[in-house]
Amino acid sequence: MAPPDDLAVALDDLAKRYGGTPAVDGLSLRARRGEVTALLGPNGAGKTTTIEICEGFRRADAGTVRVLGRDPVADARALKPRVGVMPQSGGVPGTARGGEFLRLVASFHRAPLDSAALLERLGLAEHARTPFRRLSGGQQQRLSLAVAVVGRPELVFLDEPTTGLDPQARHATWDLVRELRDAGVSVVLTTHHMDEAERLADHVVIIDRGRVVADGTPAELTGAERQLRFRARAALDLEELLGALPPGSAAKESPAGHYLVEGDLRPELLATVTAWCAAHGVLTEDLRIERRTLEDVFLELTGRELRG
Amino acid sequence: MTALDLSPAPGAVPLPRMVLAQTGYEVRAMLRNGEQLLLTLIIPVVLLTLFSATSLLDLGPGERVDFLTPGVLALAVMSTAFTGQAIGTGFERRYGVLKRLGATPLPRAGLIAAKTLTVLAVEAIQAVVILAVALLLGWSPHGDPLSVLALLLLGTAAFSGFGLLMAGTLRAEATLAAANLVYVLLLAVGGVIFPLDRFPSGVAAVLEFLPIAALAEGLRSVLADGAAFPGGPLLILLGWAVAGLALAARFFRWE
Repeated sequence: MAPPDDLAVALDDLAKRYGGTPAVDGLSLRARRGEVTALLGPNGAGKTTTIEICEGFRRADAGTVRVLGRDPVADARALKPRVGVMPQSGGVPGTARGGEFLRLVASFHRAPLDSAALLERLGLAEHARTPFRRLSGGQQQRLSLAVAVVGRPELVFLDEPTTGLDPQARHATWDLVRELRDAGVSVVLTTHHMDEAERLADHVVIIDRGRVVADGTPAELTGAERQLRFRARAALDLEELLGALPPGSAAKESPAGHYLVEGDLRPELLATVTAWCAAHGVLTEDLRIERRTLEDVFLELTGRELRG
Repeated sequence: MTALDLSPAPGAVPLPRMVLAQTGYEVRAMLRNGEQLLLTLIIPVVLLTLFSATSLLDLGPGERVDFLTPGVLALAVMSTAFTGQAIGTGFERRYGVLKRLGATPLPRAGLIAAKTLTVLAVEAIQAVVILAVALLLGWSPHGDPLSVLALLLLGTAAFSGFGLLMAGTLRAEATLAAANLVYVLLLAVGGVIFPLDRFPSGVAAVLEFLPIAALAEGLRSVLADGAAFPGGPLLILLGWAVAGLALAARFFRWE
């Protein structure tokens, strides 16, 4: 384990119930400084509760919480200037002009970013005087991100930063997150988009039903294993295909017309599959060899779809 | 693409600067809000002008404006400290603004201080406008300015306590409805423009204990009649202030 100084967040055996229902149930994780850590899980997995405990908005029923080595509730005064927070939605007065609210929060800090430059950077310059409630959902999200980073924090918590964003705005957000990391800022974000976690995070923590089910780098989680996928007409005779493949291989069709072959993926195996297809007059489409995705990992660990 | 230096440079400015920044922001927001201006400035000035310049109401002996000005001042305090603050804070709570501000270096005590300063600043603007209109209408004030100030401050504390209690416990829509209802009711039965002695004596004796009545009657006793120290009204307001602030401190929910 890394010494405490290297940790942005350290949670041990965290538990939190709402009524009788556990939202977080014995969760432990480490987020290192200077890294992007993604808490990945389906809706209702306990991600927001976990992040709100880190932000000091909620108290855990049990377990220990350390944020930059401190207790987020007891040491709130010391931590607030060092930590930026982007809540899942809202948090800006509906009638407030976006730029004005951003400047207000900037004015609480000793060496804030230039509000105008930050708005421009996030594509919001022409909306600086627009009341918050008249901004689109994506614009509100980006303003909220601006408010989280304007104080030049050491650590930012971003709760679903790209939900509801169009692809362009999503990439702008990803770019800013990478830039924050490159500038030495620790980032902890939640997401239920596995591609976001895969592309953005140095460290992914997969959460399900209030517990950590796996964590590691995206490469560690998806492993070295490769798989072969292709599309073809539905209902190929996979029993027969398997007979042609080396022992230990697996093949399945799901959904109809989409095929997945797993096993010792050497060039010979690829040749066998394509030869078998040729022998059966099957033209494959979208044939590709790829690593497992976090989606596959999640499905394997929990038996459920991430987006389910 | 604009270059931004994102490297960490955390640190908060001293608390008084944060409180002043928040106060300036809130005062600007309040002065831009049309509904708030209707409540805090237009209604009091219209009532003062309308009932001073006409004999629609029988206000008893003496100049009508001398009777009305203290009542309208009390109304102005109630509209800002109670109605406006309850509705504004209620919706801030509902939209997660209080929570969001809770994640900034501004502590909760600093936010409450800023809200109090905002109420006092808006009241100062109201007082200047109302007193100017009253003077134009021929108002001749009497009495001790310190007593007036004490009444206004205690009245503000009493109304703020209950405004925040409402904002911090009810749903925002319920606060909106209830705060407006209380405003209209207290305007009608609190001795603001209708003299309390027009009510049956048993009823009037109870109404006198309302915070709005204590404030209006206290201001009237000083400004119209030149009373030295309005002990009764001050005591009633103190009671309401202690009760309201204690209840708000106990039951206010930030989210």
